[in-house]
Amino acid sequence: MANYYSEVPELKFHLNNPMMERICQLKERDYRDKEEFDYAPQDYADAMDSYDKVLEITGEITGEIIAPNAEGVDEEGPHCENGRVRYASGTTQNLDAMVKAGLNGMTMPRKYGGLNFPITPYTMCAEVVAAADAGFGNIWSLQDCIETLYEFGNEDQHSRFIPRICAGETMSMDLTEPDAGSDLQSVMLKATFDEENNCWRLNGVKRFITNGDADLHLVLARSEEGTKDGRGLSMFIYDKRDGGVDVRRIENKLGIHGSPTCELVYKNAKAELCGDRKLGLIKYVMALMNGARLGIAAQSVGLSQAAYNEGLAYAKDRKQFGKAIIEFPAVYDMLAIMKAKLDAGRALLYQTSRYVDIYKALDDIARERKLTSEERAEQKKYAKLADAFTPLAKGMNSEYCNQNAYDCIQIHGGSGFMLEYACQRIYRDARITSIYEGTTQLQTVAAIRYVTNGSYLATLKDYELMPILPEYEGYMNRIKEMTNKFAACSNAVKEMNDQETLDFLARRLYEMAAVNVMSHLLLQDATKAPEMFAKSLEVYVNYAESEVEKHFNFIRKFNTEKLDNYRK
Amino acid sequence: MSLKIVVLAKQVPDTRNVGKDAMTAEGTVNRAALPAIFNPEDLNALEQALRLKDAHPGSTITILTMGPGRAAEVIREGLFRGADNGYLLTDRAFAGADTLATSYALATAIKKIGEYDIIIGGRQAIDGDTAQVGPQVAEKLGLTQITYAEEILNINEETKRITVKRHIDGGVETVEGPLPIVITVNGSAAPCRPRNAKLVMKYKRALGAQEKVAITKDGATLPYAEQYEKLPYLNITEWSVADVDGDLKQCGLSGSPTKVKAIQNISFQAKESKTLTGSDKDIEGLIVELLENHTIG
Repeated sequence: MANYYSEVPELKFHLNNPMMERICQLKERDYRDKEEFDYAPQDYADAMDSYDKVLEITGEITGEIIAPNAEGVDEEGPHCENGRVRYASGTTQNLDAMVKAGLNGMTMPRKYGGLNFPITPYTMCAEVVAAADAGFGNIWSLQDCIETLYEFGNEDQHSRFIPRICAGETMSMDLTEPDAGSDLQSVMLKATFDEENNCWRLNGVKRFITNGDADLHLVLARSEEGTKDGRGLSMFIYDKRDGGVDVRRIENKLGIHGSPTCELVYKNAKAELCGDRKLGLIKYVMALMNGARLGIAAQSVGLSQAAYNEGLAYAKDRKQFGKAIIEFPAVYDMLAIMKAKLDAGRALLYQTSRYVDIYKALDDIARERKLTSEERAEQKKYAKLADAFTPLAKGMNSEYCNQNAYDCIQIHGGSGFMLEYACQRIYRDARITSIYEGTTQLQTVAAIRYVTNGSYLATLKDYELMPILPEYEGYMNRIKEMTNKFAACSNAVKEMNDQETLDFLARRLYEMAAVNVMSHLLLQDATKAPEMFAKSLEVYVNYAESEVEKHFNFIRKFNTEKLDNYRK
Repeated sequence: MSLKIVVLAKQVPDTRNVGKDAMTAEGTVNRAALPAIFNPEDLNALEQALRLKDAHPGSTITILTMGPGRAAEVIREGLFRGADNGYLLTDRAFAGADTLATSYALATAIKKIGEYDIIIGGRQAIDGDTAQVGPQVAEKLGLTQITYAEEILNINEETKRITVKRHIDGGVETVEGPLPIVITVNGSAAPCRPRNAKLVMKYKRALGAQEKVAITKDGATLPYAEQYEKLPYLNITEWSVADVDGDLKQCGLSGSPTKVKAIQNISFQAKESKTLTGSDKDIEGLIVELLENHTIG
């Protein structure tokens, strides 16, 4: 009886983080639902017990159904038939199990049929599912688009649409077009108001739309004729029941085969506005993308875990030169760094999700009543931390899962290059994570302002005050030194006072900030659970220190004139 | 039409993954070494019941099980998947029952439940493998039985007849029978759906009386004790022989004509070995031999 949750005790460790008490209190509004809903928690301990139990269910479905189906889904893939998507048979089975288990609309309020879970346990479910089948993870995790409809839609839209998602209908976010990928300001899909029928009509083409034949779509379209930039874009809800959107084709991809990536044709499709006109990109899609980025970070951690599991199992099993290959330093070095990146990346993921949880719960409370000045300060603090941490969590974890998948194949040697082991699927599936929902390069763009305005540095300084085990003093000092080097590099780049040089060096500064943050988080985790994290702490700090040193050397010797040698 | 469905379920030791310590020195099952699970084919039966409930809104599913206090777990597992309530037949006088005494106890409890359209259970339990209890319950209640069911196809509301696909040697056959009816479900039927998140949160504290005693026996307080008064569905009903108006002589050991005379530990040992080459002649010879001794066929 495989269980993808209980077999990874690190997940429960992160679930039990002390910040959860505040998160639950806010999300449950001091446990007021308990009189009205028979599945609402009585108190904090009860809520935590419920999260644990629901994660158990997710882990069991993942182990018993999704994982055994993964290979078949990868081979069969979805098909496009008469403008509709037909999922691989395994995908349909997976989805059916998740719906029957009631694992949809997990974060939505109970009055709409949701579970009212914080984002952190939901994100854990997403990680667990992705560890077995990252492609299926997309279809299931796109339910979090409902967060955006909940945040910006009106009450009428809430009551019509949210219960459907909680009952298991699927979602998609229709943003990308042939000429608008990373640059969403160029979206051209046309939205015109149909006076006669008092609705909006969508016309045009979208491309690379994940789960493009979903029941409900959030669509970015140009509602303001004659405009060319992001201010002319609005967000719309398209309901498949109304018709008007057909799937023209499904892309043939390197990985995540189970997840249908569609080209969509909108022919006078009826749609309704979500929120206000002109705020589509600048407000709503930004929120949507932030949620999705956390989702990709979770998917990446799931893939990292899968890569580590496969690599470890093979290294124990495979014998060469008369012993298991795990006994060779060259192999256990790879496995140790894989595990360290996994533990560090997961710590970053859930630290981020907790930040998101606090500010989003406060945002939601603010829709019911005025926040107190303390609550407003708390909301502002965590919103800023969430904004700063989301691009770190997405970018770093997506890179780490690619590195772990690469090392996983390396451990397998020639067998890993053959298509018979799971590692090849993990490798192919991992590849997209550093591309979609904003490439790592764009995560750097989102993060660099927090380097230059000192936000990361301030957070790192706060972390230096966290309690640690006395025997970890040495690690703390090393991380402090790393942080000094990061600060020195940030200042040096600022002093160069040249935007292009800053853009050029941004990735290095971003990585320095990220490895410093992750070193601290692992130090905090190892303080609480040395038996679980002590080794990874040692391995990761050794790694992070050398990464910082590498970037420090590069940046210290760099100046604006040198850019010329890089330009093509 | 809404249906009253009773699901017969048993908590069994998980005999599918037996290790060295699965048997005691006396030759009985070492229940402490094997995890207690929901009998697998009873889960197939529960799924069929849940599908009927999905198709016929307003239907109710009652889990009926017999066993020690901890067998209330089976009822909870049923509630987590969509059953409405359950009864645990538990009494020292029920202990040591063979299939005759078991079916007597179950049939007596079903009479006590009173209303039923469908009584459904797994074909057999993995600890005894007799496949006798379902049919005996049908006989004791004077009901039609359909065994080896794979899928319930439909229920005709006017004629009150049920159509069932059943597994037979080399294929399937479709049969029809009148309600009320007893159905036993084969392991080749659809697997049971997963536990449902909301139901798990609703029923996770449901306990039988003996379980409550076990929790509080060392002076510990029952967590959320006030909930059990406020929410009756958290109390799993336990029935004794007296509660179901049972005849003590027909229950448990005294109601069981089956007597175990002796138990032997058998260890398989290879006494002789043969060496075959990969030649067509050798392979053909092996096939003929295996066919003759019915190893394959």
